[in-house]
Amino acid sequence: MAVSNSQSLIGVVALQGAAAEHVAAFRRVGARAVEVRVPAELDGVDAVALPGGESTTMSHLLRTSGLFDALSARLADGMPAFGTCAGMILLAAEVLDGRPDQRCFGAIDISVRRNAFGRQVASFEASLATQGLDEPFHAVFIRAPWVERAGDGVEVLAEIRPAANSTGRDVHAPVPVLCRSGPILVSSFHPELTADDRIHQIFLDMVGASSTC
Amino acid sequence: MNSGPTSTGRTAPASADEASHLVGTVRVKRGLADMLRGGVIMDVVTPEQAKIAEDAGAVAVMALERVPADIRRDGGVARMSDPAMIEGIQAAVTIPVMAKARIGHFGEAQVLEALDVDYIDESEVLTPADETHHIDKWAFTVPFVCGATNLGEALRRISEGACLIRSKGEAGTGNIVEAVRHLRSITGDIAKVTQADSAELFDWAKQLQSPLGLVQEIAETGRLPVPLFCAGGIATPADASLVCQLGAEAVFVGSGIFKSEDPGPRAEAIVEATTHYRDASVVAKVSRGLGSAMPGLEMEGLETKLADRGW
Repeated sequence: MAVSNSQSLIGVVALQGAAAEHVAAFRRVGARAVEVRVPAELDGVDAVALPGGESTTMSHLLRTSGLFDALSARLADGMPAFGTCAGMILLAAEVLDGRPDQRCFGAIDISVRRNAFGRQVASFEASLATQGLDEPFHAVFIRAPWVERAGDGVEVLAEIRPAANSTGRDVHAPVPVLCRSGPILVSSFHPELTADDRIHQIFLDMVGASSTC
Repeated sequence: MNSGPTSTGRTAPASADEASHLVGTVRVKRGLADMLRGGVIMDVVTPEQAKIAEDAGAVAVMALERVPADIRRDGGVARMSDPAMIEGIQAAVTIPVMAKARIGHFGEAQVLEALDVDYIDESEVLTPADETHHIDKWAFTVPFVCGATNLGEALRRISEGACLIRSKGEAGTGNIVEAVRHLRSITGDIAKVTQADSAELFDWAKQLQSPLGLVQEIAETGRLPVPLFCAGGIATPADASLVCQLGAEAVFVGSGIFKSEDPGPRAEAIVEATTHYRDASVVAKVSRGLGSAMPGLEMEGLETKLADRGW
């Protein structure tokens, strides 16, 4: 069934973190959006967004709410998903520097290092050249993770050079911070914290494309 | 966004390639507070407690030497924690670690920033160092949370650079009554300000002893320019549900967890109740069989009201 952007229903996983900002951003670009806390609230949802927050807390709450299994099933069916920061960690195939019991969905073939840019005093804003966008995107990184390995078929849409004091790493090598693979979009930074909705629009276009094929 | 200076940003010490990395801006300071919303921040005094907190789903821990109930019992001057103790907790967990500085004690705050703590709580739970001035928080890269008992106090702290406000409650009592009073005072006055006409806002600024610009911003947005969390007296999952329904966007639990009979399950239950506070059946389910909560104190019997500290 063909569904246009304006009709897509995005479920924003609202167990913890900046869910309200995602809901607002999706509504600004003309989509419908609802908060999701229990499996029943996934009914009728065309795609999900996993917001920023604490990935260990969300991993815990996904398990206790039953959402982990419900979301896993939908992701296996090809439901589009957008993960920012903690959401990127949850969608990844592998988490480095996480907790041993931390669960992730393995929806995109990337290895993500948690808090890779450092603690809060190293959190930063930067202008980011982004594939598919004419003008750079002003990105906000909060105790952000980065993508340490992107598998075959993962498209890197933006990368950034870490500051010299980031967790042991060749400072000259840029790291991927916005990646896409099939119906999955992930970012290290927080497009939901700025008024620029272009990355939400990229995701909505992916949702539209996946529902027409 | 905050109506104070839009950025205290400075460039991270790095090679020319990273000259565009702005650290310490209002957006990144406030951004971490946004990421903590819907979560529980737990007071811990040892790495073992920090692990229990993280296992239970805490979004952050507050590293301190004594929980407020013990500070209240022991008396004496309560100061910033030993850096070794803070570092031990930083090494034990992967979630953000906060620490407390005394009101006005920018020397302690500088030490905490040097330790790379993720948030500084300029806290009335410690003995104040300055009876007139709070810390100039704009001067720091690390973000600050401050307590408030009413809207005027919250706006003064925001004008000084706080990027997160917590209602104070009365720490170390296990009694929610003051937290409710302070939350209702803050959200009630916000509601009234939104009803005021433009001429009345000048008087509101005078009454609240707060900057006019912030009062005008609240009249327009109907909310504080930074997140509002709740602290001081939360001891049960139902307490967390109550304060979230009264407008708190996250909760700090001090003595309520590690002064209870069985901290781990209680911590987990408060985390669940904070996420699912709209659903009383979840709060009921997680409240079962938690053992006794911390012993509580009546306000009338207190020798010191910590919430009175702050100006």
